[in-house]
Amino acid sequence: MSVARFWRNQIARYNLVGTKCKKCGEHFYPPRNMCPACRRDGQIEDFKFNGHGEVLTFTIIHTAAEGFENQTPYVLGIIKLQEGPSLTCQIICEPESVYIGMKVKPVFRKLGQDGERGMIYYGNKFIPEQC
Amino acid sequence: MSVGIVSYGAYVPKYRIKIDEIARLWGDDADILKSGLMVYEKSVPDVDEDTATIAVEAARAAISRSDIDAKRIGAVYTGSESHPYAVKPTSTIVAEASGATPVLTAADFEFACKAGTAAVQACMGLVSSGMIDLGLAIGADVAQGAPGDALEYTAAAGGVAYIIGNKESELVAVIEDTFSFTTDTPDFWRREGMPYPEHGGRFTGEPGYFKHVTNAAKGLMEKMHTKPSDYDFAVFHQPNGKFPSRVASMLGFSKEQINPGLVVPRLGNTYSGSCMIGIAATLDQAKPGDRIFATAFGSGAGGDAFSIRVTDRIEELRDRAPKVEELLANPVYVDYSRYARHKGKIKVA
Repeated sequence: MSVARFWRNQIARYNLVGTKCKKCGEHFYPPRNMCPACRRDGQIEDFKFNGHGEVLTFTIIHTAAEGFENQTPYVLGIIKLQEGPSLTCQIICEPESVYIGMKVKPVFRKLGQDGERGMIYYGNKFIPEQC
Repeated sequence: MSVGIVSYGAYVPKYRIKIDEIARLWGDDADILKSGLMVYEKSVPDVDEDTATIAVEAARAAISRSDIDAKRIGAVYTGSESHPYAVKPTSTIVAEASGATPVLTAADFEFACKAGTAAVQACMGLVSSGMIDLGLAIGADVAQGAPGDALEYTAAAGGVAYIIGNKESELVAVIEDTFSFTTDTPDFWRREGMPYPEHGGRFTGEPGYFKHVTNAAKGLMEKMHTKPSDYDFAVFHQPNGKFPSRVASMLGFSKEQINPGLVVPRLGNTYSGSCMIGIAATLDQAKPGDRIFATAFGSGAGGDAFSIRVTDRIEELRDRAPKVEELLANPVYVDYSRYARHKGKIKVA
């Protein structure tokens, strides 16, 4: 990932900041700058999610992409936030303990890095709520 | 005008490795090590945790404990000897991820194990002078110890954040005074680009730890005209369990005074977080009106002593964020191979 590409979404990744349409109440993550329902009548504003949600579905990665080899096996899931939007994210737990409907909360972790010399990318992953 | 702690928050990774497991790999006698060091297990970071992630978690815990507006924070200083970047501040990551940016000053501090308390002192000065409203001072480390080195038995991971302010109604504890004692002492160092620190072996004790801790502590008590019996609790830098116990005895503090903050036997040495986590563990248990005496030590070398008086507000805020004892509870134990993987000690071709 290029430095600039990550930086553009940095606030959203660090603090789970998305957007909300004041007209219809729909929440968006990642942030949208236009409401697909209200179109030009929509009123978009920044919205910080509280981060609490549940696991909609998950998979366990045994053969990882470059840079993630030392983390296998790890859990990748789709998290439905309390306010509505869903996002794909790593879930930090033992693979045998994850289940659909598990309540989760965010934690700040390293998302990746460009080798030994490049940028380190940070953001939120999720852990079980009872941790 | 009072200056003190508006809030605090700690973070400890959930993984631990037992001293027995490290000793098993290197063929050392675990019982001798445990009784000598008074350390039985140490925390281990997850594969995706580093000083920045630990500092952010501690800062978020401190902010949520007091429910302050993060935009009031005018300075973020992170003390560590394991900053993820050689050049690029950890503190900007913390400030952004805490919601404190952009109107603030930020910098990273390094003074071995007392960089965090140096950050507290800097924030005290900025707050007292009126330059800023609140300051965020953090001590966090994923401490390095070379495989097989004596440091490997204690080098742990963890961090703690203190929000420093001067509005009396907001303080959970007043910092009554501080005193530092500093000399150029080569007891411990890490050269640029080197992955692990070097130390002077037995040299680190007397001319390093004991000289600086006792002089800083005595200096503060002389300055304030106080004595050990004036304090309900005491916390000293905890590279192991033996050093703080011995220095407490040398200064006239009792075991009962240091025990609430002596977390190193179950946590290990969190370097820049060490003394500050001990203070947090003590605040978790202290009553309004209690006085805490604390002295941090950093190799290189220096000691920072603090006299702290707990206020009524502690009762209101204490339960709003995880206590140190809760962070130490229910750890997940790992063997040496998983520890090596988590710490990046194995390089993949």
